[in-house]
Amino acid sequence: MNKPVIQTKDLTKQFGDFTAVNKISFEVQSGEIFGFLGANGAGKTTAMRMLCGLSIPTSGTATIAGFDVYRQTELIKKNIGYMSQKFSLYEDLTVKENIRFYGGIYGLSGRHLKEKSEALIAQLGLKEQQDKLVSDLPLGWKQKLAFSVSVIHEPGIVFLDEPTGGVDPVTRRQFWDLIYDAAARGITVFVTTHYMDEAEYCDRISMMVDGYIKALDTPANLKKQFAAGSMDEVFVALARGAKRGNE
Amino acid sequence: MQAVTVENITKKYGKQGIIAVDQVSFSADRGELFGLIGPDGAGKTSLFRILTTLLLPDGGRAVVDGLDVVKDFKAIRNRIGYMPGRFSLYQDLTVEENLQFFATIFGTTIQANYDLIRDIYVQIEPFKNRRAGKLSGGMKQKLALCCALIHKPVMLFLDEPTTGVDAVSRREFWEMLKRLKTQGITILVSTPYMDEATRCDRIALIQTGRIMSVDTPRHMTDAYPEKLYAIKSEKTAALTRDLRLYDDTLSCYAFGEYLHVSFKKEMESIRPSLMEFLQSHGHEKIEISETQPTIEDCFIRLMNKGNEVSA
Repeated sequence: MNKPVIQTKDLTKQFGDFTAVNKISFEVQSGEIFGFLGANGAGKTTAMRMLCGLSIPTSGTATIAGFDVYRQTELIKKNIGYMSQKFSLYEDLTVKENIRFYGGIYGLSGRHLKEKSEALIAQLGLKEQQDKLVSDLPLGWKQKLAFSVSVIHEPGIVFLDEPTGGVDPVTRRQFWDLIYDAAARGITVFVTTHYMDEAEYCDRISMMVDGYIKALDTPANLKKQFAAGSMDEVFVALARGAKRGNE
Repeated sequence: MQAVTVENITKKYGKQGIIAVDQVSFSADRGELFGLIGPDGAGKTSLFRILTTLLLPDGGRAVVDGLDVVKDFKAIRNRIGYMPGRFSLYQDLTVEENLQFFATIFGTTIQANYDLIRDIYVQIEPFKNRRAGKLSGGMKQKLALCCALIHKPVMLFLDEPTTGVDAVSRREFWEMLKRLKTQGITILVSTPYMDEATRCDRIALIQTGRIMSVDTPRHMTDAYPEKLYAIKSEKTAALTRDLRLYDDTLSCYAFGEYLHVSFKKEMESIRPSLMEFLQSHGHEKIEISETQPTIEDCFIRLMNKGNEVSA
């Protein structure tokens, strides 16, 4: 049996007397697409920062790709990919330069990096744009490129923080095709989104409310559990009771 | 009388003359809640900045509350409220100080127009001594709306007020807009969330600087020319791929837990061959039912049509 790629037990983060993340426990299996949802201020970003090795927990345990979130943060960073809506690529570098830069950061070099880079450009159909500045690409293309770059080193897991915000509906779906491809190659996908239709595309969903994980299951089971017709209704049912977003 | 009239407005940027807004025309009636629906880069913000007199158009003309956006810019500024997409209040002033500041520069007081903002302001009043920079996203949004309203504008321009806001706060925000509308304020609002379109009286679908369609949300979805089917089997990813290979498929894309699919022929005539095709590709528990198109379906259809024409 596969070992889970993410494993947390009572993971907690406090800032002074404020408990941002409160004893969250869950597991994510290899190749799974895991949706990490919650209202604004629920603690998603803080939890994600701990899982990426960027923030040391206050208590509890967690391993990411087999590495410990207290002692092995540098190893975690090498074995994951990360992209967000806000920070993805360098606008003043070309497409090719961005790929070379991130490939280098993620430890690829020489012929391997060159081959990877060419394959990626071909796969995304960016051959003619490869020497253009990223700032000249439409947002949808940028986000697809950013995702491909974040998994260039074939990490065990990739963290996507609202990757499709503001992206048009056609490109948003092409983006999810890339996510499915990555998952089929065995890359675990951990994703946050405000689009509730995208929650349906995940294998399993967790819902955070005020620092706790209030629900965790497949979209179909969550809808059954909350007698809801859509994930939007599930979200509203759970998040209505939230206290934090309004302070 | 119309609150906003836009005629062939065009905006270009940079030496290369990249076209952000391409001969856009539409109008919004008084008291209307009018939505500009489109993704990032569609030209929504440029259009808002032109209508709020912050940016000069390169061509065309626009009239806001009977005044020309170029000639009468000063008069327009007194009559409109503008909430930019990026939080633009003073982070180091408190909630109350921000509100007072905006009231003062428009030559009025909080007391004079308190009625207009009361419903919204009471929700943030407990934190009136907190600095704006320390508020949560939902609270900042409420404060920004109060500041845009405090001089009692005849018209509100709200540029992506719900972007990055969770589903619950988004609903609350639209409820607030509905209440403001009853006070007779014309509201022009933009959003990248297609599901919010149905909250508007009328909408314009905008993509790469061009308006693809203007109508009521209801008319737009009713006018969807093909029958649309929601289809599902146990293997969604494979189902998408297989349905796209089926001869009579017109379009097929993911839509939540289902695929939305339209066909070149009537379902009755192709159902047996479709079922056979899907079963031969190993699909089980196939569900097919007709479904009501949404604004997102309309948007996707118009985008694909646009791509065919340009290709």
